[in-house]
Amino acid sequence: MRARLIAIAASLGLALGLGGASTGYAAGGAKEPPDHEWKHTGVFGTFDRAELQRGFQVFQEVCASCHSLDYIAFRNLAEIGFTEDQIKAIAVEYEVEDGPDNEGEMFMRPAKPSDYFPAPFANPQAARASNGGAYPPDLSLIVKARNNGLDYLYAILTGYEEEPPDGFELAEGMNYNHYFPGNQIAMPEPLYEEAVEYADGTEPTLEQLAHDVSVFLAWTAEPELEVRKQTGLKVLIFIAIFTALLYIIKRRIWAKLH
Amino acid sequence: MTDTAPESDQASEQGEETRRDFLILAAGGMGAIATIAVVWPLIETMNPSADVLALSSTEVDISAIEVGQSITVKWRGKPVFIRRRTQQEIDSARAVSLDDLSDAEKDEDRVQKAEWLILVGVCTHLGCIPLGNKIGDPRGDFGGWFCPCHGSHYDTSGRIRVGPAPANLSVPEYQFLDETLIKIG
Amino acid sequence: MTTPLHRYKVVQWIDYRLPIFSWANEHLIEYPAPRNLNYWWNFGSLAGIMLVIQIVTGVILAMHYTPHVDHAFNSTEHIMRDVEWGWLMRYLHANGASMFFVVVYIHIFRGFYYGSYKSPREILWWMGVVILFLMMGSAFMGYVLPWGQMSFWAATVITNLVSAIPWIGETLVTWLWGGFSVDNPTLNRFFSLHYLLPFLLCGVVFLHLWALHHRKSNNPLGIEIKSPKDTIPFSPYYTAKDMVGLGVMLFVLAIFVFYLPNFLGESINYIKADPLVTPPHIVPEWYFLPYYAILRAVPDKLGGVVAMVASIAILFVLPWLDTSKVRSARFRPIYRQFFWIFLADCIVLGWVGANPPEGSFIIIGQVCTVYYFVHFLIILPLLGKFERTKPLPESIHQAVLGKKGDGFGSGGAPPDSAAPPGGRGSS
Repeated sequence: MRARLIAIAASLGLALGLGGASTGYAAGGAKEPPDHEWKHTGVFGTFDRAELQRGFQVFQEVCASCHSLDYIAFRNLAEIGFTEDQIKAIAVEYEVEDGPDNEGEMFMRPAKPSDYFPAPFANPQAARASNGGAYPPDLSLIVKARNNGLDYLYAILTGYEEEPPDGFELAEGMNYNHYFPGNQIAMPEPLYEEAVEYADGTEPTLEQLAHDVSVFLAWTAEPELEVRKQTGLKVLIFIAIFTALLYIIKRRIWAKLH
Repeated sequence: MTDTAPESDQASEQGEETRRDFLILAAGGMGAIATIAVVWPLIETMNPSADVLALSSTEVDISAIEVGQSITVKWRGKPVFIRRRTQQEIDSARAVSLDDLSDAEKDEDRVQKAEWLILVGVCTHLGCIPLGNKIGDPRGDFGGWFCPCHGSHYDTSGRIRVGPAPANLSVPEYQFLDETLIKIG
Repeated sequence: MTTPLHRYKVVQWIDYRLPIFSWANEHLIEYPAPRNLNYWWNFGSLAGIMLVIQIVTGVILAMHYTPHVDHAFNSTEHIMRDVEWGWLMRYLHANGASMFFVVVYIHIFRGFYYGSYKSPREILWWMGVVILFLMMGSAFMGYVLPWGQMSFWAATVITNLVSAIPWIGETLVTWLWGGFSVDNPTLNRFFSLHYLLPFLLCGVVFLHLWALHHRKSNNPLGIEIKSPKDTIPFSPYYTAKDMVGLGVMLFVLAIFVFYLPNFLGESINYIKADPLVTPPHIVPEWYFLPYYAILRAVPDKLGGVVAMVASIAILFVLPWLDTSKVRSARFRPIYRQFFWIFLADCIVLGWVGANPPEGSFIIIGQVCTVYYFVHFLIILPLLGKFERTKPLPESIHQAVLGKKGDGFGSGGAPPDSAAPPGGRGSS
């Protein structure tokens, strides 16, 4: 009995430990990102469209100069509350490559809703050349591609320090950040108070900017989130009721044996 | 089974049957719902995906097309012929009697603006692409298009005149967004 | 063998030519099963259902996936974002793989506890071990397909193990790769084989069930069926019970699919594979962690591979390693303790596998690996000789009289003087 309990406890511990396992611990001295409040992370969580649109504005005006968003097409913006006309208006401000034309040449044309966000650099090598050898990763999946991605992202964006602590050797061209593995990040602090003037008039504090762009990137990583959770609720309730019913039937059938 | 008073025996047995029937009905009903709820998404995954649907309509700038000139654009994976017809082509299309047509359609019903003929460039016989859109292409005996696969001839309205094709070249859904821009699909 | 359906002429006509109805009746309806099976016997059917779920979702995914290094990652995202219900199919398939291993591991440990591998069920047990190997192969190759960082590097690490084989190792690994490293040829053939293996698995499952039906199921008491009074027809009793188990399993699966879809996965697999960047920690999926720990516990490359393969292959000879004449741990009080210790050992090995091979993890991994083999090679053979087992009940029906016959740890009930009603239930 005791041995069994130990085994069960061990397996539970393992299961819980595995959840953040392997790459879960903060690497190279960086701090664990603190827990931050998000509207969409609960069982009944949904995205706040206003946050998403503000986050999109931050992405467009700040991040998009270096980071691509390869898996988002302009038509996807309908999910964060833009109308078809607004999407067309957003799209035409960007240029995408098309062709070859009748002369065999590639050409640039204004983007359509069906096009994907054009990347700021033609390829990773060009990106590195323009960023001191560092590669600004694509941001479509960044929230899923990092452990505890959402809190981590917010922490990085708000975790810069002007001066590294005493005794810390900061390499040339690097910036000190509390939460980035190794505490040195090539990206200079991207956000600061009033970096963006929000279209909806919300006060653009650093925390607000970081929060909104993180929520936007949570959406780009998991656009199906709301449908997934809503469907999940219906499925779980259905299965629970159905299983209870099946159990009652099972008991009745088996009662016949005695 | 132990002995009980006859009336309560009957009543409890009836209650028993009703409960059992309810359980079977409820379980069967939920099972049917569950089966449909599982199968339906499996079928829907085979529907055109969002990126395919996004390309289901295409906008074409027709400002560069001269009178008497034709272009071919791709729409939903198929060629679409856009021809800016000459007056002669329009007149000869309008002059045709409906009795001469195997698939009777008036030219007026096949165009929104007489000058602009927009057709899906796929022969209604077995799917080849008829010739006639490029300079130097044979146009068949009726001045329109000619399908080299089995010899179907289409006229200046894209209607079948001679050959095995059963129907006229189909007209896709389109609208003029303005004078120089059409949206197909 | 007539069924109630045989009153229909159509059924008679078909059955006379291809006896599907008679066969279904013999093997699914009237099939005699011990009356005392507990819920640990549900896991075989649950494994079968998980196989079906994996095949169905897998075939759907294959309609939208492109097995080329330039398109694999993108096509997976296309499934997640653009294909209707694509995210559901993908998460069902990924979490379904984990669920499949959960039920199979419980199923195997049920076998360990109740001695299901003992005569005359040795071949049944072997078919099971073959199924486990095929599952592991399928899962390994499947994980490579999304072509994320972990997909690529796990493939690199594991295929590199083949080079440990003396003389032919290097040639073999080049042949396996179809090149000089894991690249497009490797991905393509893994896709082909990943589609194939589950169907081979179906064939082995058929043999597994055939062997099972020939000698009938084991039961918690570990004593053979002696008369029809010991059994009940499979339907409606175990069909109804299996449905309950299915409901519970689907509930658990749904929690993962809809609310924790990436909990069991590795976040870096959402980064496209980069042959020039090695992740700081390469870890396989949780169901491979114990074997990974065993592999790393042995300092020698070939030794590690041999130990890892041996840890599963040893199951083939388990029926002969366990020398006890008594099957069920219910009547083997010492073996029961060692069962739990062995289970804890496997769990600790999994935990070691999840962590980097440094510090105390090294020595713990080595101790647990040694103990793993000691359990099979020393403890089991000796226990059979020296354990004093509890007396076995006379028969199944005598033992379970007056009880439903489920739950762990309860010994046989004293025989009742009154004869029980007929063993066959209503049909």
